[in-house]
Amino acid sequence: MTVISLSAWDLALAALLVVALAGLTLWARLGVGRSLLIAGVRTVLQLLLVGLVLQTLFDHAQLSWVALMALVMLAVAGYEVMARQERRFAGIWGYGIGAATMFLSAFVVTVLALTTMVGPTPWWEPQYAIPLLGMLLGNTMTGIALGLDRLTHTVWRERRVIEGRLALGETWISATATMRREAARSGLMPTINAMAAAGVVSLPGMMTGQILAGVPPVEAVKYQILIMFLVAGGTGFGALGAVWLASKRLFDQRSRLRLDRLRPGRRG
Amino acid sequence: MECLLEVEGLQTAQLGPLDLCLQPGELVQISGASGSGKSLLLRALADLDPGSGAVRLAGQDRGDIAPPEWRRQVAYVPAETAWWAPRVAEHLPAGWERGQALAWLERMSLPDEALGWEIERLSSGERQRLGLLRALLNRPRVLLLDEPTANLDLENTRRIERAVRSYLAEAGAGALWVSHDTLQRSRLGGRILEIQGGRFAR
Repeated sequence: MTVISLSAWDLALAALLVVALAGLTLWARLGVGRSLLIAGVRTVLQLLLVGLVLQTLFDHAQLSWVALMALVMLAVAGYEVMARQERRFAGIWGYGIGAATMFLSAFVVTVLALTTMVGPTPWWEPQYAIPLLGMLLGNTMTGIALGLDRLTHTVWRERRVIEGRLALGETWISATATMRREAARSGLMPTINAMAAAGVVSLPGMMTGQILAGVPPVEAVKYQILIMFLVAGGTGFGALGAVWLASKRLFDQRSRLRLDRLRPGRRG
Repeated sequence: MECLLEVEGLQTAQLGPLDLCLQPGELVQISGASGSGKSLLLRALADLDPGSGAVRLAGQDRGDIAPPEWRRQVAYVPAETAWWAPRVAEHLPAGWERGQALAWLERMSLPDEALGWEIERLSSGERQRLGLLRALLNRPRVLLLDEPTANLDLENTRRIERAVRSYLAEAGAGALWVSHDTLQRSRLGGRILEIQGGRFAR
């Protein structure tokens, strides 16, 4: 089976759909026509750019270039986590907690998968390393951002309860137990839902892509299962780690609740 | 006589520097306009707000006492008490004794069943009395009371006053009591310290 190459004309036809939708929303005064068009243009430009970058990377496969690409991806994902917070930590912590836990979870799981499960030669072969890391970063990013946002949100809302419990002699760990559990759960839920619905409600994107590219469905399914388990592991460990680090940062060495360490974020 | 609670040069973002010596069994009233820093003083003593300066309990430096232990010994009861579980008993401190709890309930004219009451149905006066009760079950050496009778009628106000007084006498504990009520001030007696702009007025 070969891949049917798409022409510019095919893509233009698909773009007509977006233009038509923009026209309809403009007519209905939904106020999203402009952002829809801008998002469409961004999709084209960003994906073309990343396509070129990947092509160059594949042509000149070197560990240093793969590592550089991986670090750029991590830097952007770290920024995204910070930007999605209603209240983020002041200073380097605002960026650091998300970036550090993503590095530990997504990077470790990717390297583990490359060296022990997928096993390309060399192990950092960009054709495998970059898409795997991309999928892991994308998912851990969402999990960590959700977990952190939920944690700071509930701690802020429940500050009187937390201090009331501290005043009765509880440790910060027991005073925030339910909030930390809730935050970790909300970081994990998207992954659990995705695993539960995989193949029944929706065909996962990667599997669909592989099938379109001519890979036998059973092979595509095996890869998809691998990815889902990696994503579950990476997201889970990442979200748990981020929630724990952030909770610790919300208290000082005398177990005082330090909400002064939070700043209003983009939405706040 | 040695101070039970001794404060030297206590300073936080909005307070101080403050010095204070609370004797065993003593009740000191804290007065001052709203926003003058009365609650902040109590919070700082309970180690809920960061600050500098020395705070000692019976000669022992605060830094040498673990935070949970400090807060059990130096009990802060805020004006608005916080509740986080469905029933009263779930809010009592770890290791509470039933006999002690029942004795306090009686002193505060609440029935024994109050331990099983739902938080949703408590009146503000009941919340205030139960908020004080759970702090007393830790057998604190210092009570930091932020308007503990603000929502109570005169009868219950006087019950609380008597309960605190007798606790101080029995346990040799001390108390800082923030009050706005001038009649209550004369009933409570003792020293009155006024706070202005985060410092004690002369």
